[in-house]
Amino acid sequence: MTQKLDVATRKGLFLLERESRGKPWRVERVSFLGEPVTMLLRDPREQTLFAALNLGHFGVKLHRSSDEGRTWSEIATPQYPEKPAASDAAAGNGAKDVDWKLHQIWELRPGGADQAGRVWCGTLPGGLFVSDDGGESWTLNRPLWDRPERSEWFGGGYDVPGIHSVCVDPRDSTHVTVGVSCGGVWATHDDGASWEQRASGMFAEYMPPERREDPNIQDPHLVAMCASEPDSMWAQHHNGVFRTVDGARSWSHVASIRPSGFGFAVAVDPHDPATAWFVPGVKDECRVPVDGRMVVARTRDGGESFDVLREGLLQDHAYDIVYRHALAVDDEGESLVMGSTTGNLWSSDDQGESWQAVSATLPPVYCVRFG
Amino acid sequence: MATVRFTENLRRHLDCPTVEVSASTARDAIHQACEQVAGLRGYILDDQGALRKHVVVFVDGRAVVDRVGLSDEIENTSEVYVMQALSGG
Repeated sequence: MTQKLDVATRKGLFLLERESRGKPWRVERVSFLGEPVTMLLRDPREQTLFAALNLGHFGVKLHRSSDEGRTWSEIATPQYPEKPAASDAAAGNGAKDVDWKLHQIWELRPGGADQAGRVWCGTLPGGLFVSDDGGESWTLNRPLWDRPERSEWFGGGYDVPGIHSVCVDPRDSTHVTVGVSCGGVWATHDDGASWEQRASGMFAEYMPPERREDPNIQDPHLVAMCASEPDSMWAQHHNGVFRTVDGARSWSHVASIRPSGFGFAVAVDPHDPATAWFVPGVKDECRVPVDGRMVVARTRDGGESFDVLREGLLQDHAYDIVYRHALAVDDEGESLVMGSTTGNLWSSDDQGESWQAVSATLPPVYCVRFG
Repeated sequence: MATVRFTENLRRHLDCPTVEVSASTARDAIHQACEQVAGLRGYILDDQGALRKHVVVFVDGRAVVDRVGLSDEIENTSEVYVMQALSGG
């Protein structure tokens, strides 16, 4: 059975296919060559593809295809409402100094199977948008945007805060968990009408002591939910790896990860909440693989221990970093793929035990998704 | 009538032919152009209606000064160019 793999990069969207698991991937089509594609979505309900561009001069654009990328149509782009004239502090809406302008689309996720047309869109500078018509129109989720705590969110890697993770509970589509850099983890149980902070247990050693455990300043680089056990989630945080088994009500630090705790990406086995993969870098101040050796860290016991997997990966002067959306596991939990800032793309069909190079010459990879 | 022309770089993304406008400010000219060219607004103006950071508008060879309100005056015979700023890469 043909498998699909979608790769969004600094200079275009690459759509790959292979005949079946274990066969080599080949690039079938390139769309938006030369343009930064910051996020993609293959909506399984409609078999439509979404591509979010961030044009250097002309801003963020959103395109949709219903024929596997042969043709694309530009659709509505999320737009922030007019910023109130009153001072943000006086308005009490937490807007602070953040522009009400779309900087980047950082996340696209379909709503639940029972929510035809629903798409969630996480953005920089921190707005969560929702569409109920397949991207024809977008609305800023004001209950989250208007939370007073937002005034204390700040940028992590960008000048402004951003929402990079949206996890929709497959048991209940109105339960959605989002990750914010830097603003912690937030959850709604009423389809976005109200939100509560869900980052208790995370900590940030790089903050002043009195703020280290403040949920609202945490920097989860990515939050990933286990599809079969949605109360189990993993977070690759700026400060290390954290895990929750109670729907993000409390998080536990996973200190055993090797060779280091810093990284961006995490993927969770959709059938086993105790199995997750990470791609460590040295540390915040030195974002390269430890000793120049590319490795993947895998736990199969909920973080008690980790395997450091390196077969097939560059082990000499490798300086690749895998961004937060650039590691993915397939629906079976068997195949993985990851793309790097150096343009390497690797594939594994044995849960990360061994890896095969798909390409060494892609543009910097922002996002990978199995089709 | 003033004339509004667009950089070829923008035409890669959008069908935006040269348009004629009757305007006394850059703001009026740009807004009239946006009415005539479907989808143009989001390419040159940001969410709050200001010129995008890396877009520049020239009126008779001079870059507009008021990039937020676009209050720069124009003549009935002005040539308005919408260009990409090299700061955008």
